[in-house]
Amino acid sequence: MTAIDIRNLDVWFGVGAERAMAVKDVSFQVADGESFGLVGESGSGKSTILRAIAGLVPTWSGEMKVAGEALGARRSKAFYRKVQMVFQDPYASLHPRQTVDRVLSEAMGLHGVQDIDKRIGQLLDDVGLGAGFRFRYPHQLSGGQRQRVAIARSLACDPSILLLDEPTSALDVSVQAEILNLLTDLREEHKLTYVMVSHDLGVVGHLCERIGVMKEGRFVEVLAVDDMRRRKAKDPYTRHLLDSSINSVR
Amino acid sequence: MTDDTPLLDVDNLWVRFRTRSGVFDAVRGISFTLGRERLGIVGESGSGKSMTGRAVLRLIRPPGMIEADKLEIHGEDILSLPERQMRKLRGGRVSMVMQDPKFSLNPVMSVGHQLVESLRAHEPVSRSEARKRAIEVLDEVAIREPERVFDLYPHEVSGGMGQRIMIAMMLLPNPEILIADEPTSALDVSVQLQVLDIMDKLVRDRGMGLMFISHDLNLVAKFCDRIAIMYAGRIVEICKASELHNAKHPYTLGLLNSVPDLEHPRDRLEVLQRDPAWREAPSVSARQ
Amino acid sequence: MTSTPSTQGLRSWLLSEEPSSRRQARYASWYKGWLTFRSNTLAMFGLAVLAFLIFAAIFAPILASHDPFAQDLGQRLLAPGDNGHLLGTDSLGRDLYSRLLFGARISIYIVLLVVMVAPLVGLIVGTVSGYAGGWVDVLLMRVTDIFLAFPRLILALAFVAALGAGIENAVLAISLTAWPPYARIARAETLTIRNSDYIHAIRLQGAGPLRIVTRHIWPLCISSLVIRVTLDMAGIILTAAGLGFLGLGAQPPSPEWGAMISEGRKYILDYWWVATIPGIAIFAISLAFNLLGDGLRDVLDPKEGDA
Repeated sequence: MTAIDIRNLDVWFGVGAERAMAVKDVSFQVADGESFGLVGESGSGKSTILRAIAGLVPTWSGEMKVAGEALGARRSKAFYRKVQMVFQDPYASLHPRQTVDRVLSEAMGLHGVQDIDKRIGQLLDDVGLGAGFRFRYPHQLSGGQRQRVAIARSLACDPSILLLDEPTSALDVSVQAEILNLLTDLREEHKLTYVMVSHDLGVVGHLCERIGVMKEGRFVEVLAVDDMRRRKAKDPYTRHLLDSSINSVR
Repeated sequence: MTDDTPLLDVDNLWVRFRTRSGVFDAVRGISFTLGRERLGIVGESGSGKSMTGRAVLRLIRPPGMIEADKLEIHGEDILSLPERQMRKLRGGRVSMVMQDPKFSLNPVMSVGHQLVESLRAHEPVSRSEARKRAIEVLDEVAIREPERVFDLYPHEVSGGMGQRIMIAMMLLPNPEILIADEPTSALDVSVQLQVLDIMDKLVRDRGMGLMFISHDLNLVAKFCDRIAIMYAGRIVEICKASELHNAKHPYTLGLLNSVPDLEHPRDRLEVLQRDPAWREAPSVSARQ
Repeated sequence: MTSTPSTQGLRSWLLSEEPSSRRQARYASWYKGWLTFRSNTLAMFGLAVLAFLIFAAIFAPILASHDPFAQDLGQRLLAPGDNGHLLGTDSLGRDLYSRLLFGARISIYIVLLVVMVAPLVGLIVGTVSGYAGGWVDVLLMRVTDIFLAFPRLILALAFVAALGAGIENAVLAISLTAWPPYARIARAETLTIRNSDYIHAIRLQGAGPLRIVTRHIWPLCISSLVIRVTLDMAGIILTAAGLGFLGLGAQPPSPEWGAMISEGRKYILDYWWVATIPGIAIFAISLAFNLLGDGLRDVLDPKEGDA
């Protein structure tokens, strides 16, 4: 079954003469349990697609079907129980005046989860934070720990699809490795479907099976990561990105 | 002055901050020299790499304090230099390129105006002469139509071009040392390489010393001669860039292995196991 | 410093990096705020002056040496210290010290009433306007502009003239003129907060606008409003005193400080203390609020990160 089915998606910002197209005629499908990557430079519209799916950008046209539900102007509560998002900057995605406990219990409360106390402990264990972190404020946490809390929040309602918006680009490489490993484990445990946006081909290649390469709001190519590794990219822009990204010393 | 004197000679440099809960040491006694070479300083956030770069220009604000046995630029002690001469030194003999051009360029002044102003602050040249040199240097950083760019405002140029303009501005007074603090982290990958190539070429042609501060070990390995790896305010390892694959310190290896690599896929990435002993090990000297 | 083991234990419990309950986390954050506040000497001074004034107001009947309303024409305009009148007497022979104490009650009463009305109205209007956007925003902000277009004292005068003179009406008039700046601040804050990722995140959990505004945006706006209100408090007291001085606020024989200055005005050249002493009181309370506001800014302003 397809988890996400996007057809002819256009997204724009502004009205009238100032209307700027951010995404132009994009179509792609993501199967259940698959991990799909969106790659492109800043301003290519890759994050905008995620935001449009999540319902944070109301100005779009086209067809979007997520987990069997055709999306309209508004998202239902059931939609948010199936689809959650993790943001780029862990310093901006946690409310500065709320403890980890408050963040998680509110998320669960909104989804009507029973037995909140026990679940919070379980969630914190899942994302590799102990119970000692439960009553801390964001300013008492490091960047990696904050991102773990953000991931825990997105898992609070047991969603089946996670939208990942550059979840590691603000972190140090060693912390990035920990978070990527965590995402790999969670995907296996919770049978999650990922759509991940990143500017780093290495990161996307690590976590995803298929990649959509974006430029100026359009898909230039969709290809399997294995093909990318074997340098089978057809489009010159994809090849250019590949050349810039291969920077290993070994 | 013989050419043996290093451009920059640092011995036992400490950067300290007084906080409510005691003194916090951001840089803990590091030593290095910089000749006419490209020295990379690599570390994670909080390793003290940026503080090192700022300390060289005495850009640490109170409550921060700089202490060193020796801090010399071309044989001249700068620890005791009065602030007035220090200002002349900054942007004159030593320049610094910061991370994001958006925050380093003045948004209400045209690019050319800023270039001219920064040159005239260090050299007594006429306006027309300054303009001529500014356009030349814009050309040098591979900006097409330098005359047109001269009249643009910072919001009218892209990130990559903005960073090239910053480099142009820093190179105008012919500095001996260029300190680049994460000069490309705010840029897209494909633009990154272009900007680095330009910087690299200029530094080589002019025989400057480059201090390249970055979190990206692979990037630094490509563009530098020597690499100093910093951890918790100390240098844990120093090596030639060409011999990075022979690096021995577990921290360096951890950094190398934790980067996901498109060509060599792994199921799990290696996670750095931090050893408390690394913090306490004495700083490796990077003096030559 | 000699502290007993139990206070030591309390201190470390409060400063723990790993709080083990909601209560501990909340108390700990308050305690850290208090530590920051305490390191600001001037703000502590302001707090002390205010505490002293509140104390004086509460215990006015006990502390007063005379009945603040008792007239004694034989004892009129006595200098401070004469005949057991600590701060002298006014033109009707009333004891200034006792009137000052009871006047503190009126000032604090005014402050409390204004604080309960103006910032709350401003907060609601500002956050709703900022979060809703669109025509709601346009409508609410134009109303705010209309209120802002008049000088505050003139508008308050107009309201009092329409409602009738008296302390309650003066408070109402001041509140009605004081809310627009708060609405502006709250709206500006809301506009930056509403586009932050943590608000997006809670929206993605399915939270409605009411919940987002009251539970997530208000707590962040309140701190800057508290600072602003505290700093404005001096102005509010002065406006109240001004209305009293013009005879539109508290009515005689009420010992409101502004009204007291107004009465003393006639004798200011020969009997300086009659107007000066309530003037000093107004000055003290205004200064105290300003210093307190400065200290609160250090504690509450989230932009000041830990080093």
